[in-house]
Amino acid sequence: MSLTVQEAKARNKELIDEVLKVYPEKTAKRRAKHLGTFEEGKPDCGVKSNIKSVPGVMTIRGCAYAGSKGVVWGPIKDMIHISHGPVGCGQYSWAARRNYYIGTTGIDSFVTMQFTSDFQEKDIVFGGDKKLEKIMDEIQDLFPLNHGITVQSECPIGLIGDDIEAVSKKKSKEFGGKTIVPVRCEGFRGVSQSLGHHIANDTIRDWVFDKMGDKPATFASSPYDVAIIGDYNIGGDAWSSRILLEEMGLRVIAQWSGDGSLAELENTPKAKLNVLHCYRSMNYISRHMEEKYGIPWVEYNFFGPSKIEASLREIASHFDDKIKEGAERVIAKYKPMMQAVVDKYKPRLAGKKVMLFVGGLRPRHVIGAYEDLGMDVVGTGYEFGHNDDYQRTTHYVKDGTLIYDDVTGYEFEKFVEKVQPDLVGSGIKEKYVFQKMGVPFRQMHSWDYSGPYHGYDGFAIFARDMDMAINNPVWGLTKAPWK
Amino acid sequence: MSQNTDNVIDHFNLFRGPEYVEMFENKKKNFENAEPADKVEQIREWTKTWEYREKNFSREALTVNPAKACQPLGAVFAAVGFEGTLPFVHGSQGCVAYYRSHFSRHFKEPSSCVSSSMTEDAAVFGGLNNMIDGLANAYNLYKPKMIAVSTTCMAEVIGDDLNAFIKSSKEKGSVPAEFDVPFAHTPAFVGSHITGYDNTLKGILEHFWDGKAGTAPAETRVPNASINFIGGFDGYTVGNTREIKRILSLMGVDYTILADNSDVWDTPTDGQFRMYDGGTTLEQARLALNAKATISMQEHCTEKTMKFIAAKGHAVANFNHPVGVAATDKFLMEVARLTGKAIPAELEKERGRVVDAIADSSAHIHGKKFAVYGDPDLCLGLAAFLLELGAEPVHILATNGSKEWLAKVNALLASSPFGKNCHAYAGKDLWHMRSLLFTEPVDFLIGNTYGKYLERDTGTPLIRIGFPIFDRHHHHRYPVWGYQGAMNVLVWILDKIFEEMDKNTIVPAKTDYSYDIIR
Repeated sequence: MSLTVQEAKARNKELIDEVLKVYPEKTAKRRAKHLGTFEEGKPDCGVKSNIKSVPGVMTIRGCAYAGSKGVVWGPIKDMIHISHGPVGCGQYSWAARRNYYIGTTGIDSFVTMQFTSDFQEKDIVFGGDKKLEKIMDEIQDLFPLNHGITVQSECPIGLIGDDIEAVSKKKSKEFGGKTIVPVRCEGFRGVSQSLGHHIANDTIRDWVFDKMGDKPATFASSPYDVAIIGDYNIGGDAWSSRILLEEMGLRVIAQWSGDGSLAELENTPKAKLNVLHCYRSMNYISRHMEEKYGIPWVEYNFFGPSKIEASLREIASHFDDKIKEGAERVIAKYKPMMQAVVDKYKPRLAGKKVMLFVGGLRPRHVIGAYEDLGMDVVGTGYEFGHNDDYQRTTHYVKDGTLIYDDVTGYEFEKFVEKVQPDLVGSGIKEKYVFQKMGVPFRQMHSWDYSGPYHGYDGFAIFARDMDMAINNPVWGLTKAPWK
Repeated sequence: MSQNTDNVIDHFNLFRGPEYVEMFENKKKNFENAEPADKVEQIREWTKTWEYREKNFSREALTVNPAKACQPLGAVFAAVGFEGTLPFVHGSQGCVAYYRSHFSRHFKEPSSCVSSSMTEDAAVFGGLNNMIDGLANAYNLYKPKMIAVSTTCMAEVIGDDLNAFIKSSKEKGSVPAEFDVPFAHTPAFVGSHITGYDNTLKGILEHFWDGKAGTAPAETRVPNASINFIGGFDGYTVGNTREIKRILSLMGVDYTILADNSDVWDTPTDGQFRMYDGGTTLEQARLALNAKATISMQEHCTEKTMKFIAAKGHAVANFNHPVGVAATDKFLMEVARLTGKAIPAELEKERGRVVDAIADSSAHIHGKKFAVYGDPDLCLGLAAFLLELGAEPVHILATNGSKEWLAKVNALLASSPFGKNCHAYAGKDLWHMRSLLFTEPVDFLIGNTYGKYLERDTGTPLIRIGFPIFDRHHHHRYPVWGYQGAMNVLVWILDKIFEEMDKNTIVPAKTDYSYDIIR
């Protein structure tokens, strides 16, 4: 039973009023600003965002450390990222994000390792700078092929007044100019992961770009050099994207940051165009490179054939006919395969309703892929999006879509209960809540251990996965037949 | 063109296609400033040496791949073991997102927990307002029967006082004055997740027994015939707790499980999300003071709690994650001694069956060398079982092991001829273990999911026993305690031994004469 737009809007209003009733008055007022319905023609989604989470409501959000170590810096494979502070943060984020890479782990690559200063009480009392120095010495000793070090600050660092910048400078000098990056991404800073992305971007500017001086490029430039920005290579996403860019005649000189390396970060100011997938986490450095090095940047979307096609053309429009023809060639080449995927899965998925709640990009970016399969996204929201994300979202969502920013556990449960979607796409903390309710679910951060989902190769996997979630026979077994 | 709708391939095989392999090679050659292959190989070989091991073991500051987590994780684990209890962690919110993810990845279950979402302003002014608002919101939204408060390192560094904050919150009407809000300070820079479990469980018992932080009269102990049972922080809590209940029921023991999270981490998929399920009732927690005795299955996880309980006049018995025949014997005899109940014939028969199984299979285990890592008690339990099987637990490592633990393992090793060439390592991490496995190789490694990196690097087959287990499903539903638990552990070990045997003999016309059909 499908609602008309007016019915959906009325239902959403009722639903929002209902969940707000349960909150204490002050909280209801605060939460009301984050819940709404998209109205066609409006410049944004009508909700406030990037505001402190309310205590005690079970926000899904993480912290700045997660945004820096977990997202931006962690995937840079040839550097060692120290989780600086107590043991937990590094432990819980250890290898959990599926940033695929190629390298010999522990020898020349370090992504799926957990390096920590494992703070003890004495480090809190007396400060951790001396320990940090010693850690860097030991890293140099035991991991001689590392190409650089980052210091990912956990909460205590900023509270006890440690000077990680001084330690980093001192050690960098001692190690012959080695790249050592202090990152002030303490978890209490900002309101979510988002500030961690920003801080991490700024440290690349200050401690990589500004320190490399006029070091000559290690490669000969070509007119077709691009850098992939904001793809973390989850399940290989950046690879199934890169292959398309190269097929159309471009040359990818850097990946930020999935399967990336320090050299690739340093290569990037030589790019002719930065292509930006995750706007939320890497728009900062893209803007900086535009200002400082004159490199234009373009947002693209590699989820689902419709958006891929439009994106390939958009990227090609920044280059000459050779690349434009290349884009058309790539589009034509994959068309039959994409048609076969749609032919196979659309009949099984058409008309199915989806509710999303993801981080800073996918709440809008994956909508096209669902629509390619005839599915309908009826609700969406960002864990840590800003207003510019909600503005961009207006190009994706339909009139009457339920919007929930920084949704609380309670709200999400009630919304799903009432809207009764055929699929929920969110994270690990949400997965089992909805599966218990008998609602099919896919993790849309980690691709539920599948992927890649980017690019043409990725769309085939995406379609298969959505089908296997929704059309899983287990959903017919949740009720005992005698009841 | 890699995809075909008849057989969609994902990351396992997709990237092995020639077009991707070529792409990887070009990326590496042209843009990564990669180290030359021979240099990588040279360093890789060097890390296998005794020289590297000595360098590695002389580390004083750096920790690499530790096998421990931080206190509040244990706090959440203990809290959800009580009826209708919502864990509330005071401090930064990112921590709570991590704990919830961590438990959900292990148990494949929802994990509910809230944070007071402290940010910069709270760092300056303290988190009192966050506590006041947070308790009110959590109480209204999630209708808990109890809120158990613990702390992240942020709140600890700035020195927030939970007792005072909770009092103030109650005065402000966040939750009713009589509503139960036990608390424990759980600084992440002291101890590990097992310390957090200990502090929280003690905090909850203290709350119920000692007058709810001065807001109620302290309970007076009137000893009865029942016993309390504490499982500790245990990845197998679902299977283990149920097995213990079965055993205690068979014996006719009147018991209370303290912090029973076997239901909340094993809820059915039947159309309903249960934020809370099962658990020790608050009334049981209160009345547990009257028990004649309390048993802890994990001594190192309950040090303060057991001391507190003993001071109340309970007889106490401490075990170290008992696995195996002798360990279960000892446990049952202790229960029998404390309660005066006999060990029933049914359990004796189960004992006989596991002894039978060990006798049947011992030829395959006898003399095999193992490395074991994990929480201190689990290490002790598994090492004792290995010795019982005639195997050698050559390396025993606990990142969160203490000096006392070390002494205990050494005493255990000294008690068996099979422990002669075995060593224990306290405070070491899995990068140390890597050196141990290269320089003093063993046949099998027992540990959690992260052991798979050691398996990859050193070729030592991994038997997954521990916490967390993220990459195998449902083993937490099986007990490792009791005779049935010993049977499970025996079978897991044997399965791996036989699989390896087959793998090593599978080459046709070369090794497959030993690819035996009967083993």
